[in-house]
Amino acid sequence: MNADTLSYLDQPPEVQARLARLKARNVIVSVEGVSKRFATGQSEVTALESLSFRTHQREFLCVIGPSGCGKSTLARILAGLEPASGGVVRLDGKPVQGPGRERGMVFQGYTLFPWLSVRRNVMFGLRMANISKAEAQRQADEWLALVGLEKFADAYPHQLSGGMKQRVAIIRALVNRPRVLLMDEPFSALDAQTRQRMQAYLLEIWRKVDITIIFITHDLDEAVFLADRILVLDAHPGRLREMIEVPLPRPRDAAQLASPAFAATKARLEALIHGGEAHGEDDPYPAVPLLTSVSNEVE
Amino acid sequence: MLNAVEVVGAKPALSETGDAVPGQWFRVRAPLTRRVRIFLAICSFLLPLAVWSAVSYVPFLWHPDVLISDPGDVDYFLPGMRVTKATFASEIANSKTNHTDPPQGTPCNPVYLPAPGDVLAAFYTSFTTPPQDQDGLWLHQSLWQSIQTIFWGFVVSSIIGVPLGILCGAHSGIARLVEPFVEFFRYLPAPAFGTLAVAVLGIYAGPKIAIIVIGTLFQQILIIANTTRKADFALVEAALTLGTRNLRLLTSVIIPSVLPDLYRDQRILLGWAWTYLIVAELIGATTGISLFITQQSRYQHYANVYAAIAMIGILGLGTDLVLAALGRKLFPWDKAAA
Repeated sequence: MNADTLSYLDQPPEVQARLARLKARNVIVSVEGVSKRFATGQSEVTALESLSFRTHQREFLCVIGPSGCGKSTLARILAGLEPASGGVVRLDGKPVQGPGRERGMVFQGYTLFPWLSVRRNVMFGLRMANISKAEAQRQADEWLALVGLEKFADAYPHQLSGGMKQRVAIIRALVNRPRVLLMDEPFSALDAQTRQRMQAYLLEIWRKVDITIIFITHDLDEAVFLADRILVLDAHPGRLREMIEVPLPRPRDAAQLASPAFAATKARLEALIHGGEAHGEDDPYPAVPLLTSVSNEVE
Repeated sequence: MLNAVEVVGAKPALSETGDAVPGQWFRVRAPLTRRVRIFLAICSFLLPLAVWSAVSYVPFLWHPDVLISDPGDVDYFLPGMRVTKATFASEIANSKTNHTDPPQGTPCNPVYLPAPGDVLAAFYTSFTTPPQDQDGLWLHQSLWQSIQTIFWGFVVSSIIGVPLGILCGAHSGIARLVEPFVEFFRYLPAPAFGTLAVAVLGIYAGPKIAIIVIGTLFQQILIIANTTRKADFALVEAALTLGTRNLRLLTSVIIPSVLPDLYRDQRILLGWAWTYLIVAELIGATTGISLFITQQSRYQHYANVYAAIAMIGILGLGTDLVLAALGRKLFPWDKAAA
């Protein structure tokens, strides 16, 4: 078997069964015809156009697309940080308006509160919900232990590495028991090794916690490795291109990165994202040859 | 390959320890070692002092006057009197033609430029000299009066300015309502309100505190508002997704996130308040260090005047250093202060 003969559509029976179970579960987030237009001076830019999709309970959905496809805008609309220009986002069937603790978010940059210790960062959401200090502390310590950071409970964020900061950011959102966790390229600022470790960590947390995850990324490997389904967006305007069901069984491990199914899925994503019209004859950014010969002549 | 990476990584570390890079004599923002930093800070005080000492102690550098040691037969000369070199020369010439006893003297600087040694001595003597007026104040009493004026002026200004500035920085509507008028008012020079303040608040502490408040408050509102506006909005958004609402965004996110910067602003504004002190003290009944300075210059005790002015500087810088150290203790998480 190799990537040429194996299609990403060929799902092993256990994956088929798993996806069928997944789609039979409750719909958590339902995006119905959501559009987003930005006014830029005189003209208008359409970032998202009549986008519709659903996520089910405990689903891991990745959203991927070329830059400018409105991935981050989608995350911000789902979080309620930005209003949609049209359409509705429903959480458990009810339309959402504005941000709320039932939709946790992990941002691309580090957004831990620098003046609070790690423990108090994790306690933050609970304290905002007027849960007593002792109870909030008990829960925070439990979550810190889950991600192996109990020793750093009293440290300040600036004393942590990038990966540790994002682990704290994840449990800071999860401690609120949100219905969905929105992650906007949370690992893109990390180096490659740390990113892989964090992906494994995230799957580990997700295995232990009943949570639906919508994960925005531009990294193809990341999307295939993490997701049950991958939502591929087109750019200018951001439209649904394809919903890909990842044919990899769970639990996932690093060995699967070398599997033919992984390669086939990634090849499909590559074709969708990079094989589009942007690299045709009217490529707006043609490759410029490097002037290596010039320096040779000088020497 | 790994070695090559290490060597590349080690290079900036080398230049950080102060090793010169060949051909590079002006290195932009190159970090300094602790020893060099302290050395340069001391030099920053020693250099002006060296210039002052040279002008004071090297006779041919300036010394436009002559200090009379023996008046000779010149009837209006007195021992200890300072005359210009031209006057002295003409009296010498007079005495030669008239065959009278010539005056004697040594070159000296004008009375308003005492030597550093005299000023240094004045630091001690001005504290030990009893007040010249009957109901005058000792120097330490004058200083204490000044410190109280500054303190209350700054406290009153901060009680109004800090909350109002934070509200302006956090809420566009309040900012729009407050800031245009404040922008106008801050151009009005505080001393212009002197007579008005005396008419309303009497001649004692009231108008002086009012001048410091007027001089500080309006800048304070704008500076605090500006700093608050710079609060990292990503943190506000993170707090929103964690369920924070309304005023708790202000108290739990915005204020703590800008607190070290607000503290730095307050330190700068306190320095600002000091610069209004002398003007404030001259309003109504002159008090505090200004009273000491005016009296000492009336008696031409310029060494004391310099000592008193330097004391204001030392008090101001000392307070700021203490507050800076306190800031590092209060905000251990603040990278800009560390």
